[in-house]
Amino acid sequence: MPSTIQDPMQLVALDGRTLEEHRRDFPVLERRLNGRKYCYLNPTATSLKPSIIAEAMRDYYLYDAVSAAKGADGFSHAVAARFAASRNQIAKFIGASDRHCIIFTRGATSALNMICYGLEQTWVESGDEVVVSDQEHHANYVPWQQLCLRKNLKLCIVKSLPNGSVDMDDLRSLLNAKTKIVALAHQTNVMGARNPIAEIATLVHEKSPAVFVVDGAQGIVHERVNVEAMDIDFYAFSAHKLFGPTGLGVFYGKRELLERIPPIELGGEMIGTVDRYDSSFAELPSKFEAGTMPAAEVLGFKVALDYVENTIGFDIIQEATAAVSSYALDGLLKIPGIEIYNAENVAQSGIISFNVKGVHPHDAASVYDHAGIALRAGHHCAQRCMAWLGQKSTLRASFSFYNTFHDADRLIACSKRAGDFLDILF
Amino acid sequence: MISLTFYSELSETERSDLFKELLKDHYIYPRHHGLKSDAAYRLIHLKNPSCGDDLSVQIHMDGETISDICQEGEGCSICCASASMMAELCTGLSKPEALEKIVEFKKMVSGKDYDEEGLAEANALQGVVKLPPRIKCATLAWIALERLLNDEQLRSLHLETEDGEVFEAGKERGEK
Repeated sequence: MPSTIQDPMQLVALDGRTLEEHRRDFPVLERRLNGRKYCYLNPTATSLKPSIIAEAMRDYYLYDAVSAAKGADGFSHAVAARFAASRNQIAKFIGASDRHCIIFTRGATSALNMICYGLEQTWVESGDEVVVSDQEHHANYVPWQQLCLRKNLKLCIVKSLPNGSVDMDDLRSLLNAKTKIVALAHQTNVMGARNPIAEIATLVHEKSPAVFVVDGAQGIVHERVNVEAMDIDFYAFSAHKLFGPTGLGVFYGKRELLERIPPIELGGEMIGTVDRYDSSFAELPSKFEAGTMPAAEVLGFKVALDYVENTIGFDIIQEATAAVSSYALDGLLKIPGIEIYNAENVAQSGIISFNVKGVHPHDAASVYDHAGIALRAGHHCAQRCMAWLGQKSTLRASFSFYNTFHDADRLIACSKRAGDFLDILF
Repeated sequence: MISLTFYSELSETERSDLFKELLKDHYIYPRHHGLKSDAAYRLIHLKNPSCGDDLSVQIHMDGETISDICQEGEGCSICCASASMMAELCTGLSKPEALEKIVEFKKMVSGKDYDEEGLAEANALQGVVKLPPRIKCATLAWIALERLLNDEQLRSLHLETEDGEVFEAGKERGEK
């Protein structure tokens, strides 16, 4: 163990317990995969959920089980209040002073699609330009690409620096009076590259009339965001990467933009008055929340934010993630035949993107699986990024605060024998 | 193609060694590799977008007999070796014979009893049964051939494989 990196398990969380003790918050870590203790190295896909999240959701189903909006009784009213409290807490977490500008969705993908459809109807016309990058997850690329095809807009791809972040000089040269939308990740999901979103927002607003849409699915886990101070127009993310439930996403939009774009889904709860031939719609945020919302998930996510903010501590999570991922990187760098694509972004993102030379990533992935290690192999829903990297697919190991040096050691040891991928068949 | 009728005489270790060598050999030196630009060949191109396996298979029929199979693709060792084994095993067979081989291969990777002798070198993929996430890699080439044989109108088809179809064998195993 290199003395320069502190063992993250000894870090003390805000509640006074060590991270080693907090590993018990994740019962799945006690399971065995192919006979070996489960080593979860895929929080970039979805984070593990502490058991209190599941308990909060269970409590809702067992003891509340009412709609957060449709009941007239006291129980329903209480759930509605907790639902609103969750929205408040999210607003606070991302620096939005107006909680009505926080919209619940099915996930970050759904949020980005809603923003896209909304802007299509009120914001763009033929000949306008949209800027995205090669580094984007499909959820923040394909909606804009298809929008450009439908509305005859020009799709502009901003260049990436070698580390995967946006080339600011190229962005500056792309922006003009026709640029109407700039959509970029806060942090990318393959390279783990961090974009300077505050700086980008300033540049976008100075050089163009565009709205700046930020895909925060990865970034929100690793860097504090303040949408108002950073002057961001839209910010979308998922609960499930931030230790919360699946099936829930959030987006923030500036009030004037949310008021300008029409509702996307029509039906119950988002309605004002329904006349025979026309209708009026509810105020924000209900305007964008048609139907019965996922109450258990919204309540569960509040518990997750409490866990991040008050039980472990956002900064402790970053410190631990940086320590364990840097430790793993040190080990992998020493193995000949391992090609690492994002070394300089590892500590900030917890992501190591790599390949074992001469071994197809899915062959390698089976070796890790056999050793009880869960990581991701493939194109990571970022085919444009794979093309930029010049790879068909890659392996991605990622780390969170619950990962130990031992987990990293197992990844390193297994990587040394990933070339023996045929052995696991016999 | 070697005959594997002497199985019973091999120890477990010898069998593993043989299978490993066969797999490696088919992966590094794929048989029937490369596509033909001959209109008499019918083509299917299957792509599994979730894992990146991308395989094209062509067949040439001479009456009821498969007179030639060509295959080319990008994918993992299991997918590529399996395509090579499939092409070698099924070339020269009649349509019903080839369909029978496909059934036996699916049984093998699902952990069911199957005709070992009939699958010849494709037996080397027996171990896939231990790797449920990889069953779809192993079956891709066989599903491609099955589709070509069952749909004689099919001249050229590019398809993103539906998980349901490709995972069929895996599902049966999962339900056990």
